[in-house]
Amino acid sequence: MKELIKGNIALCNGALDAGLNGYFGYPITPQNEVPEYLSRRMVELGRTFIQAESEIAAANMVLGACATGKKAMTSSSSPGISLKQEAISYLAAQELPAVIANVQRGGPGLGNIAGSQADYFQAVKGGGHGDYKIIVLSPNSVQEMYDFSYEAFGLAQKYRTPVLILADGIIGQMMEPAEFNKPKIDPNTPISADWALTGAKGRPPRSIKSLLMKDGALYEHNLELQKKYKTIAQNEIRCEKFLAEDAEIILVAFGIASRIAKGAVKLARACGIKAGLLRPQTLWPFPTEIISSFAKSGVTFLSVELNAGQMVEDVKLAVNGKCEVDFLGKPGGVLLSEQEILNRLQEIAKRG
Amino acid sequence: MKKIFSRPESLTNAPFSYCPGCGHGIAHRLVAESIDELGIRERTIGVAPVGCAVFAYNYFNLDMTEAPHGRPPAAATGIKRTNPDKIVFAYQGDGDIAAIGMSEIVHAANRGENITVIFINNANYGMTGGQMAPTTLLGQVTQTTPFGRDPKREGYPIKVCELLSSLEAPVYLERVAIYDPKQVLNAKRAIKKAFANQVENKGFSLVEIISNCPVDWGMTVMDSIKWVKDVFIKTFPLGIIKDKTR
Amino acid sequence: MPKIEIDEKTCKSCGLCIEACPKKCIAFSKEVNKLGLPWAEFVKPQDCIGCGFCYQMCPDVCIEVYK
Repeated sequence: MKELIKGNIALCNGALDAGLNGYFGYPITPQNEVPEYLSRRMVELGRTFIQAESEIAAANMVLGACATGKKAMTSSSSPGISLKQEAISYLAAQELPAVIANVQRGGPGLGNIAGSQADYFQAVKGGGHGDYKIIVLSPNSVQEMYDFSYEAFGLAQKYRTPVLILADGIIGQMMEPAEFNKPKIDPNTPISADWALTGAKGRPPRSIKSLLMKDGALYEHNLELQKKYKTIAQNEIRCEKFLAEDAEIILVAFGIASRIAKGAVKLARACGIKAGLLRPQTLWPFPTEIISSFAKSGVTFLSVELNAGQMVEDVKLAVNGKCEVDFLGKPGGVLLSEQEILNRLQEIAKRG
Repeated sequence: MKKIFSRPESLTNAPFSYCPGCGHGIAHRLVAESIDELGIRERTIGVAPVGCAVFAYNYFNLDMTEAPHGRPPAAATGIKRTNPDKIVFAYQGDGDIAAIGMSEIVHAANRGENITVIFINNANYGMTGGQMAPTTLLGQVTQTTPFGRDPKREGYPIKVCELLSSLEAPVYLERVAIYDPKQVLNAKRAIKKAFANQVENKGFSLVEIISNCPVDWGMTVMDSIKWVKDVFIKTFPLGIIKDKTR
Repeated sequence: MPKIEIDEKTCKSCGLCIEACPKKCIAFSKEVNKLGLPWAEFVKPQDCIGCGFCYQMCPDVCIEVYK
């Protein structure tokens, strides 16, 4: 049965159904519903909730909990996510299955509290130091806030890697019907991971570390990480296609921008413009090959983003000069309208 | 004839990488002995800091993780809250606890986390080569206070135990030294109590160990011991700062 | 009679045990170990009282005490 519910609450429900053991967060708009809702639900369910002293501390509480094999999560919005980057680099290095949600707001700096997509680079290029990647899921509906939040835990555990849910203020705040239909995982399921710190009882001690000073050890560790990222890229790419097969103009958009882009595609089709949409649901790994497969002479790509042009760089890399790539976007927490996108589509169509 | 003193089970056989005469080795042994004596090795999880003791995970014969600089109290919080049956300790230095991680230690203490914190105060940043720490004494020359620590420029040494004692929640805060066998035995008593408090679910305990760093202080081992005794502990008086368990 | 055993391989020659011994049973060796350092040597076994002060002060936990 569907419920009319806010995106941020759906995100919480996904984590709860996935067996979340501990939530550690800090207030920041527009994600406040997450700590507020979980402060009640986690306690009612006998699980751990802590309002931390900072985003930094919250992320490190997640690090501690994850090191013991428990399912732990933190959430924040853009400036707070910047503070978490230190821990995210450690989580990636120590291969800990943390889940982090970024309900993006406008930036840079304190910015504003409107929905924005300006943290794309930070999310997919490695926001912290060192050579690492984290899985980045991009929901565009309240239903996907639930689905991706739930699935993030499975992906994190499967690959021993942090997973980031890159949402935004609009998806976090808006209400839509959503169904919470995934099997509920018991948070007390015994920890079977052979790396988890569960106490050295009847086995040699385990250590989880990122400082590797022995000659060549860090190099080897990096090669192992890169191998893992390659496997993830082979297995986990998700991309929605909408009227893309015969399209002459292919929009590429993620998150909330993809909803507006989809509307514009429909308007364009009604005007006789052959437009289509590719919507990456994983921003890392990026659907490079899928985009590339649509890149041929006579096709134009249009990357539509609520920022000053970030994902467009990855679209260009995927297209690799095989056809034209255009950009339409607005930074600073300002929305694009379907009409604005349609106008651009008409210009491109006229240009031929 | 019986062996009356030998390497505790909670230490691995790996030789310490610490400089000759460094206090970390004694502190490690006292922690390990306390864990052995309380019979908690198989359910203890330690958190190593950034600093000389980052390698603690090689030396303790129990499950260990590493946390970013200053964050061990937060990581220990995450471990303990999601695993209340485990014994969790954070091992930190003065830069870790009183500079970059001041927020984490204050709030872990203020929440009354049922964890044990072992804090090594040696008045400088050892691993990076002897720069000023928040606990560097007035007038003390370090790599970044070449003219001596001047309170007008660098402020005063931070007394972590006294600072935390203003909070309601912490149950046990004590400052000890390890400059002679009597002090070492006293430090052992304090450390064991800090772990026993956790076993008994009493709450947040911290033991500050005034330690020596001969190499970075530019002293012989014996001179460094003498300096601790004659100078260091004048600024950081030893004793129980707070004990709500009594 | 009490006695101590010192692991000469891991001794870093800090001298804290020598300083701590109330009976002056320990002294630096004439030779050096693999670390290139003279180690703490148990030179007067007849005087050892097994107090364990050397063990308490050894930062490298390389002394064992028997009684």
